[in-house]
Amino acid sequence: MTRLTPAPDLPAFLGMPPFPEAAPAGLANATQRANLTHATRTIRTKRAVRASEVSNWDDLRTAGMQIRNRALRNLDQYLVQAEQAMTEAGVTVHWARDADEANRIVVDLVRAKQADEVIKIKSMVTQEIDLNEALEAAGVAAWETDLAELIVQLGHDRPSHILVPAIHRNRTEVRDIFRAEMGQWGRPAPDDLTDDPAVLAEAARLHLREKFLRAKVAISGGNFIVAETGTLVIVESEGNGRMCLTLPETLISVVGIEKIVPTFADLEVMLRLLPRSSTGERMNPYTSFITGVTSGDGPQERHVVLLDNGRTNVLADEVGRAALRCIRCSACLNVCPVYERVGGHAYGSVYPGPIGAILTPQLRGLDSPVDRALPFASSLCGACNDVCPVRIPISDILVHLRGKVVEHKTATHPTPESIAFAAVASTMASSRRLGLVQRGSELVGRALGLVGRRRLPRLPWPASLWLRDRDLAAPAKQTFRDWWRQRERGERP
Amino acid sequence: MSGSRARDEILARVRRSLGDVPAGDEVVVDWTYAQPTPLHSVLDTFEENILDYGASLSRVSPDDVGRAVAAALRGMGAGSVVIPADLPAGWLQGWDDLPVVVDSGDLSARDLDAIDAVVTGSLVSGAETGTICLDHGAGQGRRAISLVPDRHVCVVTARSVVSDIPEAVAVLEASVRQGRPVTWISGGSATSDIELSRVEGVHGPRQLHVVLVV
Repeated sequence: MTRLTPAPDLPAFLGMPPFPEAAPAGLANATQRANLTHATRTIRTKRAVRASEVSNWDDLRTAGMQIRNRALRNLDQYLVQAEQAMTEAGVTVHWARDADEANRIVVDLVRAKQADEVIKIKSMVTQEIDLNEALEAAGVAAWETDLAELIVQLGHDRPSHILVPAIHRNRTEVRDIFRAEMGQWGRPAPDDLTDDPAVLAEAARLHLREKFLRAKVAISGGNFIVAETGTLVIVESEGNGRMCLTLPETLISVVGIEKIVPTFADLEVMLRLLPRSSTGERMNPYTSFITGVTSGDGPQERHVVLLDNGRTNVLADEVGRAALRCIRCSACLNVCPVYERVGGHAYGSVYPGPIGAILTPQLRGLDSPVDRALPFASSLCGACNDVCPVRIPISDILVHLRGKVVEHKTATHPTPESIAFAAVASTMASSRRLGLVQRGSELVGRALGLVGRRRLPRLPWPASLWLRDRDLAAPAKQTFRDWWRQRERGERP
Repeated sequence: MSGSRARDEILARVRRSLGDVPAGDEVVVDWTYAQPTPLHSVLDTFEENILDYGASLSRVSPDDVGRAVAAALRGMGAGSVVIPADLPAGWLQGWDDLPVVVDSGDLSARDLDAIDAVVTGSLVSGAETGTICLDHGAGQGRRAISLVPDRHVCVVTARSVVSDIPEAVAVLEASVRQGRPVTWISGGSATSDIELSRVEGVHGPRQLHVVLVV
């Protein structure tokens, strides 16, 4: 069957190899590595400058954290409040438990409008649910209108960064993609196309304009939904978002249930944190706030699909739930030494980098090797913690999830080491059992003549394997408990 | 209906996941809202930041607004202009020789695409980020007219400029509560999607000129 839109060459993320197998390919791609080094250095310098301009930046981060915590810790109430406010303002609210349900809702809505194409605002959540492919399968062409998403879509590629999905491509690659592909899917690139970013942006403007002017349905995500007013907030740069939010007759927005902020006033905090942290600008060029349907202005039919898709699993983990505070700024990617070298594709996750390493395994669970590998895709240097605008303790959550991965593995496949340590844990949990074992080890030590040696001698296989890189102390002459009793009796131990 | 089953199930999952959170839990937010940001001069900071985005600005007295708007349109090379029906009289003077389209809500996106420029007012602006806020009320027109044409001349009165985003958000709350759409504009449209080098001008108006009335 002929495709309506360019087919992505890479498999959907879950079909990819786990991080340790995928990382060497990213590392070996010298062009990508150079592109990423250049781009991440540029943006993290800009972020640092813009953060330092705000005298109370750290107080602002604390307020951002608290606002997001307030929303998450009372999420059921705020969701109901937001639903009511949106409904009263003329929005139809839908709920989707998982990706399939969300895709079905959107496909049905688009079919009901008898549209064979939709225009899209860049949206992480629609990447997460692979909405474009669901629409394609239903005979609807979904056109990405953000420049970087357009580069990814025309390049038969997958996004590799939250904010700049085509960060792994340089200007020459972009020119080649535009030359080869634009004409197959709409207005061709001009004959004299160069690799000057301004010229490339002009080509994108011309290519997309006809799609903006004719589209009947647009699909967006959402940066925030304000519970008290039902306002949807969309933060963008290029004006493609405003086109999608203004010109079509119907607007469908797919939004994760965690994107709630309690009050409109809370936006004064979130909208100062986000642009400085993400693009390193004082403010992004355009932000749109839409509350319901406005007669004579913009889409007259609006739908919001509130999506769970694993978010309630994240919320259930008292440590891991802090990851839901994320506002998708991507500052953690831009400072991460691992991300900078291997790139976004190696994570096998729509959300790459440090935030992806804590969010994806919680959203999807630990059943696949891709997701079990993610908490280990970090050196735990902690640079991400320091830049996070909502103070997510990313490295603490990584360590927490590493523990859960080990538990998950040993629950399904026990190893001799895990059995031994389970025995140790059981012993140390009981004072009586510990006393018995200490007495036993002292007796065995004396019998074997080990007491007084500093280290154990070589032990037979399989203990030899475990001890190859470890030193184990020899049994002591006396247990601590004996020593303590002797001391209490006033004897010199 | 399956929709309400999904709703009930998601809300039940949320409540189950928050089993450890005491009922009535309120996180304290250590923040005083709607405070001004101290600036040496609100208007100078506003101007500096508008220029920093690559937009242009002229400061004029109330009597000179019309002439400044027409001069800006000519400077941008505009040959035609659309205005909201309630644009204050006198905000466009000395433009008699060229077509002015008054929007009464019936122009299509394609009609607007054939017009070179738009003139609007604004509701409130934040100096520290150079952000102009429209609530598409009086003198500002519906959203499409300040989006599709490639050049935007925006009139900002000095008394509508506040120090920073917190004060602007406080002003905008009334508009949002009335269900008005709100648009924040900080410079012309831009992208940093190719090698993170900023390029001014993609889909929104590529040229922005601010007429600051002092």
